[in-house]
Amino acid sequence: MNLIKSTVALVVFMAVSNAAFAGGFEGMSLGEEMATRDCAWCHGQLGQGFATAPRLAGQTRLYIENQLVSFRAHTRDNPNSQQFMWGAAALLDARDAAELAAYFSSIAPEPANDGDATRAEIGRALFKDGNPSGNIPSCIACHGPNAEGVREMPRLGGLSYRYLRRKLAQWGQGYHLAAMQPMPEIAKHLEPEEIEALASFLSFVK
Amino acid sequence: MKVIAKSWGLPILLLFAASADVRTVLADDVRTNIASRGAFEAKAQYCGYCHGPSGQGYRGYYTMPRLAGQQSEYFVNQLRAFTDGRRGNTFEMKMARVHAVSQAMRLALATRFGKLNPRPFGGAPTEHVALGKKIYEEGVPEANVPACAACHAPDAKGAGTNPRLAGQLYGYTVRGLINWSKDRGQDHAHPDTSAVMLPVANSMSKQQITAVAAYLSTLK
Repeated sequence: MNLIKSTVALVVFMAVSNAAFAGGFEGMSLGEEMATRDCAWCHGQLGQGFATAPRLAGQTRLYIENQLVSFRAHTRDNPNSQQFMWGAAALLDARDAAELAAYFSSIAPEPANDGDATRAEIGRALFKDGNPSGNIPSCIACHGPNAEGVREMPRLGGLSYRYLRRKLAQWGQGYHLAAMQPMPEIAKHLEPEEIEALASFLSFVK
Repeated sequence: MKVIAKSWGLPILLLFAASADVRTVLADDVRTNIASRGAFEAKAQYCGYCHGPSGQGYRGYYTMPRLAGQQSEYFVNQLRAFTDGRRGNTFEMKMARVHAVSQAMRLALATRFGKLNPRPFGGAPTEHVALGKKIYEEGVPEANVPACAACHAPDAKGAGTNPRLAGQLYGYTVRGLINWSKDRGQDHAHPDTSAVMLPVANSMSKQQITAVAAYLSTLK
C-alpha cells in the first residue's frame, strides 16, 4: 500500500511539475517572467539585489524604464553598466521595459543594512538638510523624506552601501554624466566622507 | 525692508514704498559684501539644484517654485521668512537651514534670479485655464475674493513685495494657497506681509485655487 501511495504521489508530483515546466512561466506577468528568467541571475530572487547588482524591488517605474533606455543608448556608461547592462538591455523594447518596471516596482524592498552604522546619523542629517554651507542641497527635496523616490527620481532607501557609494563616486570620476541633472553636478561636489555617510544611512532605510 | 503688519492698511502701503530703495541697496551690496565671485556663483548653483538652473522651478518630491523674474523685495523677504521661522515649517527638511544665507547674498541672488526669464515649466492640467483667467482678472465677488490682478499686476509679474505669479508651477501655487495659514506668517506675534493674503486664500474653493494655479502656470 505504502509503495502504491508513494508511486501515485510521485507520478502526481511529476505530472504537476512537468506541467509547470511545459507551460513555462504560466500565471506570471510578462514582466515577472522576464525578471525570473533573465534578471534574477544578477539582481537576485524577487529583485532584491545581489553582489554588485542593485536592488530593483520597490524602485520607481519611470526610473527603471529610463535606466533601461540609457543602457541601450550607452549613456549610462560606468564599467558595470558597460559589462553587464548594455548587452542585457540591448534587445528590450519599450513594452518590455514597461513590463519589467511594473513588476519590479510592485515588490516590497528589503533594506540592505550593509552600511557603517557609526556614520548613519551623519548621513541622515546630510540626507535631510544637505550641507548648505558646502552648497550640497537637501536630498529629500527630490527623493522624498523616506528616500522612497517619485516618478523619475529613484528610491534610494535600502539600496546597498556598496552600490550607492560606487554610484555617487562615479559621477565624480566622469561616468554617466548624461544622467538627469542635477545629480552628476551635486555628486561631483560631495566629499568622500559625505558619500560614505549617505551610503551608510541609506542602506538602513526601510 | 522688514515689513511688520500691525493693521490692514500699513502692509499694503509698505508693499509699494520699498521698491526703489532696495534696487539701490542691491547694487551696492553685490559689489561690496559678497566674499568672492566664486562664492556667489556656487550659491547660485546651489539654488538651481532644486529651483532649476534658470530658476524655472522643478518637480521633485516637492514642487520647487520658479524664482526666475521674481520681484527682488519678495525674494529677499521670503528668504528672511525661512530663516526667521515664519515660513516653511510644513516641510520635512529644515527650510531655515537650507535657505540660510547672508543678507548680502540674498540681495545678490534676488538680482541674479530676477533677471532670468526661462519658459514656464508647464505640466499643469489645462481644462480650467479659462476659469482661472476670469478669477485672476475679476476675482470672485460673491466669495469676497478680490481680483488677483489688482495686487499682482495684470500680467502677473508682481510689484515690490507682491510676488510675480506668472509661470509659477501649478503644484506650488496649489499647495501654497491651500496651506497658507499653516505655512506663512508663523510668528503670530509679528505678522508679516503674508497676512494680506490669508483671508483671500481661505476664501477660495479648491476648484478656484486649481483653476487660478493652472492659468498662472501658463503665463510667460
